Amino acid sequence: MRKIYADNAATTKLSPVVLEKMMPYLTEIYGNPSSLYTIGQTAKKAVEDARANIAKNIGAKRPGEVYFTSGGSESDNWALKGVCTKLKARGKRHIITSKFEHHAILHTCAALEREGFEVTYLDVYENGIVKPEDVAAAIREDTALVSIMYANNEIGTIQPIAEIGKICRERGVLFHTDAVQAAGYCKINVVEQNIDLLSLTAHKIHGPKGCGMLYVRKGILINNLIEGGAQERGKRAGTENIAGIVGLDAALQLAVDTMDERCEKLTKLRDKLIDGLLKIPRSRLNGDRVHRLPGNVNMCFEGIEGESLLLRLDMAGVSASSGSACTSGSLDPSHVLLAIGLPHEIAHGSTRMTFDESTTEDDIDYILETVPGIVEMLRAMSPLWEKIIKSDE
Amino acid sequence: MAFTYSEKVMDHFANPRNVGEIENADGIGEVGNSKCGDIMKMYLKIDGDTISDVKFKTFGCGAAIATSSMATEMIKGKTIDDALKLTNKAVMEALDGLPPVKVHCSVLAEEAVKSALSDYYERQGIDPEPIVGKIDK
Repeated sequence: MRKIYADNAATTKLSPVVLEKMMPYLTEIYGNPSSLYTIGQTAKKAVEDARANIAKNIGAKRPGEVYFTSGGSESDNWALKGVCTKLKARGKRHIITSKFEHHAILHTCAALEREGFEVTYLDVYENGIVKPEDVAAAIREDTALVSIMYANNEIGTIQPIAEIGKICRERGVLFHTDAVQAAGYCKINVVEQNIDLLSLTAHKIHGPKGCGMLYVRKGILINNLIEGGAQERGKRAGTENIAGIVGLDAALQLAVDTMDERCEKLTKLRDKLIDGLLKIPRSRLNGDRVHRLPGNVNMCFEGIEGESLLLRLDMAGVSASSGSACTSGSLDPSHVLLAIGLPHEIAHGSTRMTFDESTTEDDIDYILETVPGIVEMLRAMSPLWEKIIKSDE
Repeated sequence: MAFTYSEKVMDHFANPRNVGEIENADGIGEVGNSKCGDIMKMYLKIDGDTISDVKFKTFGCGAAIATSSMATEMIKGKTIDDALKLTNKAVMEALDGLPPVKVHCSVLAEEAVKSALSDYYERQGIDPEPIVGKIDK
């Protein structure tokens, strides 16, 4: 049976090129970068070379603005808590974010609310895009930080980051963006886009799991995350994940080098799949069609539930994801789909497929052959579908 | 998914038994709501005091479909008294267990059977509540 991995927004396969670059640091070059002997200093050099190259690839002025972390969630937590608690002392108690951020942001905001911060959750409208003018209107005297994701993890919509960055800079408010999903698909230039803090992780771009980074523009005060040694300028102590750091750098470099070509190919495949799936009656694409990650397809099929579709797809060899409540353990469907205004019963019937450059046109054809039959079968046994059809008559 | 289904759950999900509707059913029950993501509808054909046929339709996750399927198997050909004794626990056990977040699906399956029986009694002009108990519809 054909096997199609269509969950690249969850995680990606480690690239062999990246693994090859990591291997020496998992084997021979095991020294601690804090040690003075050769094997330690060789490791140190690898870390600092990676830092400099990553800084270059995100348009940062200085390598020292790149701090290595364990991944996206850690970077998001640190960015918000580390900066906001510093600014609280200066009377800044307000945060602006959007309703459909990743939980690493939303739950951190909730934690900060418990500590006395006030958070404005901006609307993302039906197309899943934040309006820059809403950001401008929400900024107050006591606003500490704005955090808007570069691209949404579920529906793939790309946010007007540069416009938001410009507004924040003009108004003297810090701007953080979670670029975990956008990296490798959207151009990042922290200087041109007026980004003050940026989160990124390796495993979404064919790098290893367990390594990410936070860009912190020079001059921004941020609390130390882990106390201990002098690693990461004393801000995040602990012996470096050298192979991971080398892997992050290699993965980002590869992503930047191949971006245009990959995006062009993926956009074609994505659009073919969207057009094909939209032929299914009472189906809809979630999120803006144009301002969208090239590998993201997120659809709802009325009258069926997402987990059932997911399990059936898995039985047919396709690994997809669902925004249904059933996968998360709560009774509420995805907060992202609710944020773009979908009613509960429709949001329960969503499926997300996210592709990478290994996806072929044959894969897309296979999915297009498979999905309609599954939807039809599940609808035939759905009392909700029965009701929808009856209300049409 | 943060859990795995047993082989039995997957079997009943992949090959659900007794799917469909019964024309001229003697009792029809529907429980759950689309907002929560699960709706089960059950149809009974009753001869004397025996459930001679049962069919179901379900909108819901893998566990919702599997518990509906299993519940219909467990009451088909049984007496009404036996069907009234069906518990969500028995459905779960028959499926070799469910992940904790899915236990509510087995509760819904039990309620679907009771709701259909309740409808059957109502059609006979009998107050179902003393026999079936209170059903949330």
